[in-house]
Formats: sequence, structure tokens, C-alpha cells
Amino acid sequence: MAVVGGALPRVLPRPTGYTGWWSWLTTVDHKRIGILYGVTSFAFFLLAGIEALVMRLQLATPNNTLVGAGTFNQLFTMHALSMIFLGVMPLSASFFNFIIPLQIGARDVAFPRLNALSYWIFLFGGILLNLGFLTGGAADVGWFAYANLTARAYSPGLGVDFYVLGLLVLGVSSLAAAFNFLVTIMNMRAPGMSLMRMPLFTWMTLVTSLLLVTAFPVITVGLIQLLFDRFYGTNFFAPGAGGDPLLWQHLFWLFGHPEVYILILPAMGIVSEILPTFARKPLFGYPVVVFSGIVIGFMGWGVWAHHMFTVGLGPVANAVFSLTTMIIAIPTGVKIFNWIATLWQGSIRLTAALYFAVGFVALFIIGGLSGVTHASAAADFQQQDTYYIVAHIHYVLFGGSIFGIFAGIYYWYPKITGRLMHEGLGKLHFWLMFIGMNLAFGPMHVAGLQGMPRRIFTYPSGMGWDLWNMMSTIGAFVIALSLLVFLHNAFRSRGTGKLAGNDPWDGRTLEWSIPSPPPLYNFATIPTVKAVDAYWHDKYVATGGEPEDGHHAIHLPQPSYWPFFAALGLALAAGGLAFHPAISVVGLLLMLFAVYSWAFEPVTEG
Amino acid sequence: MRGIFSGLAAALLVACSADLPQNTLAPAGENARIISDLFAWIFWWALGVFVVVEALLVYTVIRFRRRSEQALPPQTHGHTQLEIAWTIAPAIVLALIAVPTVQALGQLSEPPSQQPLQVEVIAHQWWWEFHYPELGVVTANELHVPVGTVVTTRLKSADVLHSFWIPRLAGKLDIIPGRTNTMWFNANEAGVYLGQCAELCGLSHALMKFRVIAQSNEEFEGWVRDQKAVPPAPTGPAASGAQLFVSPQKLCATCHTVAGTEAKAQVGPNLTHVGSRTTIAAGVLENTPENMARWLRDPVAVKPGSKMPKLPLSEQDVSALVGYLQSLR
Repeated sequence: MAVVGGALPRVLPRPTGYTGWWSWLTTVDHKRIGILYGVTSFAFFLLAGIEALVMRLQLATPNNTLVGAGTFNQLFTMHALSMIFLGVMPLSASFFNFIIPLQIGARDVAFPRLNALSYWIFLFGGILLNLGFLTGGAADVGWFAYANLTARAYSPGLGVDFYVLGLLVLGVSSLAAAFNFLVTIMNMRAPGMSLMRMPLFTWMTLVTSLLLVTAFPVITVGLIQLLFDRFYGTNFFAPGAGGDPLLWQHLFWLFGHPEVYILILPAMGIVSEILPTFARKPLFGYPVVVFSGIVIGFMGWGVWAHHMFTVGLGPVANAVFSLTTMIIAIPTGVKIFNWIATLWQGSIRLTAALYFAVGFVALFIIGGLSGVTHASAAADFQQQDTYYIVAHIHYVLFGGSIFGIFAGIYYWYPKITGRLMHEGLGKLHFWLMFIGMNLAFGPMHVAGLQGMPRRIFTYPSGMGWDLWNMMSTIGAFVIALSLLVFLHNAFRSRGTGKLAGNDPWDGRTLEWSIPSPPPLYNFATIPTVKAVDAYWHDKYVATGGEPEDGHHAIHLPQPSYWPFFAALGLALAAGGLAFHPAISVVGLLLMLFAVYSWAFEPVTEG
Repeated sequence: MRGIFSGLAAALLVACSADLPQNTLAPAGENARIISDLFAWIFWWALGVFVVVEALLVYTVIRFRRRSEQALPPQTHGHTQLEIAWTIAPAIVLALIAVPTVQALGQLSEPPSQQPLQVEVIAHQWWWEFHYPELGVVTANELHVPVGTVVTTRLKSADVLHSFWIPRLAGKLDIIPGRTNTMWFNANEAGVYLGQCAELCGLSHALMKFRVIAQSNEEFEGWVRDQKAVPPAPTGPAASGAQLFVSPQKLCATCHTVAGTEAKAQVGPNLTHVGSRTTIAAGVLENTPENMARWLRDPVAVKPGSKMPKLPLSEQDVSALVGYLQSLR
């Protein structure tokens, strides 16, 4: 056997295949990893949606008995966790993966095997998070898992253990991906692409990656403290023994607020690409939109305690955080005006992608305004922990992030698959989803103001909540119907969609300059960038100037097994803590072996 | 100005009805009124912005639809003055919201009275313990207050996070184990005001309710007298229930107190005057003999996770106990 690194024998031959089922396991190609992320996260999104539908059936009528308190508490906890960590974030990551190297004129990301690792850890971490359903109960303490309900004494089962271990594992995935995209964007842009000539989606990915890298360590600290409290008898959050439940809240929300910007900025980036493309005009105020994204990233660190207004921090702290929260509404609001100004006096082509982008703006306005109403701490004393907050959350995350992601799907599907999605079905999807979403989440504002708390598995009649709840349930099923339309469209178009060609939308950015789907190496020749909206510039503005003649041999990173095995090892090491230490030991050894082998494996061989 | 706004809000919003027991927009106390006035002010600004911006968006998408594939529209990159203007305008609106917010926070942090009525609240999974230290009253799940009197509450938890919320009377305040949070409220009119825990606290979070009953001064003083009175030893049918209650086999005295008997435990609610309460099981069931029997037969079926287990009670035991407990007024 060939000897690797001078010490370990090579156990498996280095994979070389780029085609076939097995190649998906060992791929390090950013485009395939993007597809893996997209398909996996969409499946988790549907799972979280089903969890929502069950909850909505339970709450459709007062005093309902479809599911009991215990099950319901698991449902809302896992719905939120799955939507945030296994839905929206990896859906955004699927776009980062596929699109960023294409937009900056690169052949792949900076660390292709690390990229694969991020995906596999996400998959295994997502399974770990959900394992509670199979072992007597998933986490049921809400997605923010406030101490001290999460103490072993009050939550004895495995559910909260899977919460802690699952999120720790998923954090590794997010951090790895964030580092990868930071380095890729900083180091691998095509010649001539200065930072202020980058596509806006690339900019938002950069800010998001910085937020990920700085925010995840904070929740990691909290999770490790919770892990130690639950497994090793420490007292970080135990009030009787000198600990403080509020410590968890501060740590969680210091992460949690930047996290919501992690959830929305990619969608804002997508919308900032789509509106100019279909209006045939540049993004209005590009530097300001970039700057406001950066400002939101910074200021997002100064508002966390607006999630804690009712905790009793006192009027001074509450006033300060009210003010910082109101201030952050300014760069957010400014973007909306920039988007409308982009469309103004444009020549707007009404495609499904554009519908979703406009829908994003329309719904984000509502979510943003309801957010302003809770920025006022005193007003929030009534709104906190009610359905009014649930309404806000869903307008910004569903009306915002999810609509933005669907806009991206309709926009980039032709680039990824080579075929166009059906426009008529796309618009049907849009209208059903738009109507369903407003029907589902609009009435929640009223129910909340009428005193309906959140996270309750049932409610009595006579509170005035019955009608709003029934409307929400109907809206949820309309959303589900719209998703069936989408799935049909997505599958059907793979086989029979119109061929897209390189540039079906008369696009502005570099991904449209190469074939659909892109070849393995992306660009035959690395382009030289002369302006923002580089491809539009080449098509309509630049005359003369030949592309650089780059007839070098093209080197591509080779597939590898090690990311898969390292991820599996990490997941077993973590999950084993909930079952049997032997599993953890096996996982740890596997992970160490995989990482060691990876370290001595060259990027490409022969 | 804010009075006009709140008046308009009350008129226009469907949700303003005082028939809705937990309606935050139908305030019946000073604390809730301060908040609802502020909310009305903010809401109208938000509605105004909503109408203008959405109308602009819809107009733009319709008006500038593509007419010709050939002509490129003007490739405008920006307009500095416009961008400055639309940065300053929201800032002004936010300032108009910020000032009354800070004012309200100040008002809400200080009870508007030199001599408020003091109440200690200890939140448990899943019921509310109330003490009136100045008056020597201990009760559970039902808080009586005189109309108009400012009440200051000191909030503590016996176990996990909870939140004390009476929507028509006051904004909520969370209850953190290891800390004491204080808030104030009053009720402007006599009536029954429903409250509910507003922080996830385990299985029966949805079923942890309480009631605030605002009464005239005379009625309140009568209630205090009744609550402080020690119930006489029962005669007649209630006597057998009394015996069962304190007998070790039936376990009632392991957790509950009835003043004047050997039952002095403080794990569960004080039952000295349980017959006088309007609800049982922390606001979940109307206080009727049937419901009390239902609770005694299987508390866990009524309240998932209830710390009161299913006890070894025969049907006769249940009837006797119900008779006794209903007599404790």
C-alpha cells in the first residue's frame, strides 16, 4: 500500500470520478456542493413546514386535542430550529456555494475540501438535531432554550441534549463555510474586480460571513456552558448555586441578533441582483446599499437586549436598546427606497423571479414596520411573547428570507440546470404563496394584540382569538399548496423546461457569461473586470479590449473522501455523548484519522 | 395629540373591544393605558409609512413595465440629495417615536403612588402564589385589589422562568429565578381581569392562568377579612372530607395548607379558602363541584405534567373531599 504522510497506510484509493452517484459523496466542486445544500435544506424546510401544519391544525379551533402539550412544545421548538438552521441558512449557503465563485470569476472556492466538510457536517448535524424525535422526545424548550428550563432537573430527557450537541455540530459547519467564503471573496476575485465592483450578492455574502465568524463563537460559549451544566454538574445557569439564567439570554441574543441579519442579508443580496436585471438599470445607489449592509452588520451587535425588554433590565437599559434598535431601522429602510428607485423609470420584465423579489420588498416593509413598533420597549411590554411577535418574525423571515430565496431559485435555476422554469406555474406559485402568507401571518398581529401568548398548545373560546387562528390555519395550507406547485415546476422543468442558454435574462454579472450549466472549470479564461456589473459593461458599454489570453493548463481540485468521514466522525463523537461513550470514542478516532489523512492529501494528484 | 391618536385607534381597530378579556388595546388600568396610547401613536406613523411606501412600490411596478425590448431605460446610478432626504425622513419619524418611548419607560418604572398595596407573587410550575405581606393574606391564582389602588408586585419564581401578564391592566414582566422583579398596576373599574403566564415554562405553560378581581374598597376589605379568618372545624357532610384531607394515606397534607388544621405544607397552593375562588387549577376550570371532582380524579389529565399526581382516591373519597373543599370559603 502507498504510505500517506510517512506514517499511516492509505486505506482507500483517492477517488477520481466526477460522475455517477458515488461521486456526490466525494465531490469538492462548489457547484455540486451547492446542489447538495439546496436539495437537503429544501427537504428540511418541508419537514419544518409539516411541523407548522400540525401546529396550525391543533390551533385552528379552541380547546383542540389533535396533539397534546408535550408534542406541541416539541413541534414549535423543532419548527423554528429546522427553519433557521436547516432551512434558511443552508438555502442561502447553497447560493453562496454555487454562485459566488461564478460571480467573482473564480474556478472554485479557496478551500474545496473544507467546503465539502461544511455540507456533510450540516447534513449529519441536522440529523442529530432531529434525533430526539426517535429517542423519546425532541427538544421542547423553544428554539432559544431559555435557562433554567433547560437544566437537567427540569428537562431530564435527551431532547435538550440533542439541541446542544446538534447546534454545536452545526456551528462547525457554519464557521467552516464562513471562513471559506471570506477567504474566497477576499483572495480569488478576477483581475480588475475591486471590492466596489463586486456584485451586491457577493457583498452581502461577505458581510454575512463576517457575522457568522463573530457570532457563532458567542453561542458556542453558551452551548458549552449548558452542556457542562447538563452533563458535568456545573452551575452557570443555576440560580440556587450562584449561576444566573439571564447569562444564557445575554449570550444567546448576542448571537441571536446578528443571526437574524445572517438570515436576511443573503436574501437582500439576491433581490439586489434581480431588480436591476429585470428593470435593465443599475442598482440605485450601489455604494449606499453596500454601506448600509456593512452598517447593519456592525450595528446588529448593539441591539440584542431588545429581545429581553421584559426581563427587568431597568428603564435605562431598555431605553438605550430601544434607541439603538430604532437607529438600525434607518439603514434597513434606506435599502427599500433604493430598491424602489432601481425599478423607477426602468423597463421592468415581469418574470416569476421578479415577482418574488418585489414580493420580498412588499412583505419586508410590513415586517420591518412591525419591528419598529416593538423597538419601543414600553410598547413591547405588551407585544413580547405574543402572536404579534410571531407575526413580525414570519413577515421578515418568510416574507423576507424565503421569498428572497425563491426569487433566487427562479433566477438561478436556468444557470444551475440549463433549463428555464415554467413562468406561468412560477407566477401561480407566487400568488398562492403571497396570499397564503398574508392570510397565515396577518391575523397573528391582531391575535397578539388581543392577548394571545405564543407557545401555547391550546386556548379557550371566548378570548376573541378563534377567527384569527382559523384564518392562519387556512393560510398555512394555502402556502403548502403553493409549494406543491413549485415542486411540480422544479421537477418538470428539469426534463422539459426551455433551454436557457448562457444568458436568458440579459444579466449584469459574470455568472451569465458562461454556459448553463457551467462547465466543471467555470471559466475557460478568467475574465478581466472593468466595472461594477462586469458582464453588462462588456455587453453594452465596453468597446474593444480583448480578454486576457490565458492558455494555462486548468487545474481543478480532485474529489476526496475525507470531508465525508471527518464530518461523520464529528457527528458520532458529539452524538455519542447522548448514548454511549464508546460511540464518541469511535467518532473521535474516525475524525482524527480523516483529518490527518486530509492534511497529507494534496489538492490534486497526478 | 396622543389622546386624539389613541381615540382614533380605539374607533377604527376592530380589536378594541373590551369584551375581549385579554385585549391590550382595551386598557382598564393606568399601566396598560400608558402603553396603549404609545402604541396608538407609533401605529399610526407605521400605517402612514406603510401606505405611502407600498403604494409607491405597486405604482412603480405597474407604471414601468417593459414596453419595448430595444430601448434601454436611463441608466441612473443614484441621486445623492434624494438619498440624503430619504435617510433623514425616517430618522425624524423615529425620533418622534423615541421621545415618548423614553417618557413612557420612566412612567412605567415608578408606581404613581406613595402608598401602594404590596403583593408578593411566587410563580410555580404551573400556578401562582400570592401573598399580601401588609395584610397577612395568603392565596393562590386569584388576586383581589381595590379599584383605583396602585398595587406593586414583587415577582419571584420557585422554579423556572415565568412571566406575569394581565394584558388589560399592565405590560408584562418576566419572573427570573434568583431575582426579584417589581412592577405596578391598578384597575380603573371594578371587574374581573384575566392574566396568563407569558414565558414558556414547561408542559402546562398554556394552562398557567390567574385572575385579578377589582372591587370596591368595602368589598375588598370584606374579602381580606374572609381570607384571614380561620375556617371553623367542619360539621355535617364536610367533616368526613376534612378527615380524609389530613389523613396521611390521601397525601393532601403533604403539599397543601388549610389554616386551622394539621395540613401546613407549602408545596402546592394554599387551600384555606379555595371554596371562595372563581376558578381552580390556576384559572383552567370554573370552580364547580363537578370540575373539582374531575381535578381530584386525575390532575395530570387536566394539566399535563402536573406535580399533583393521580392519588389513591375512591369515588366516595372524591365526593367527600369536594364537599369539604367547597365549604372552605
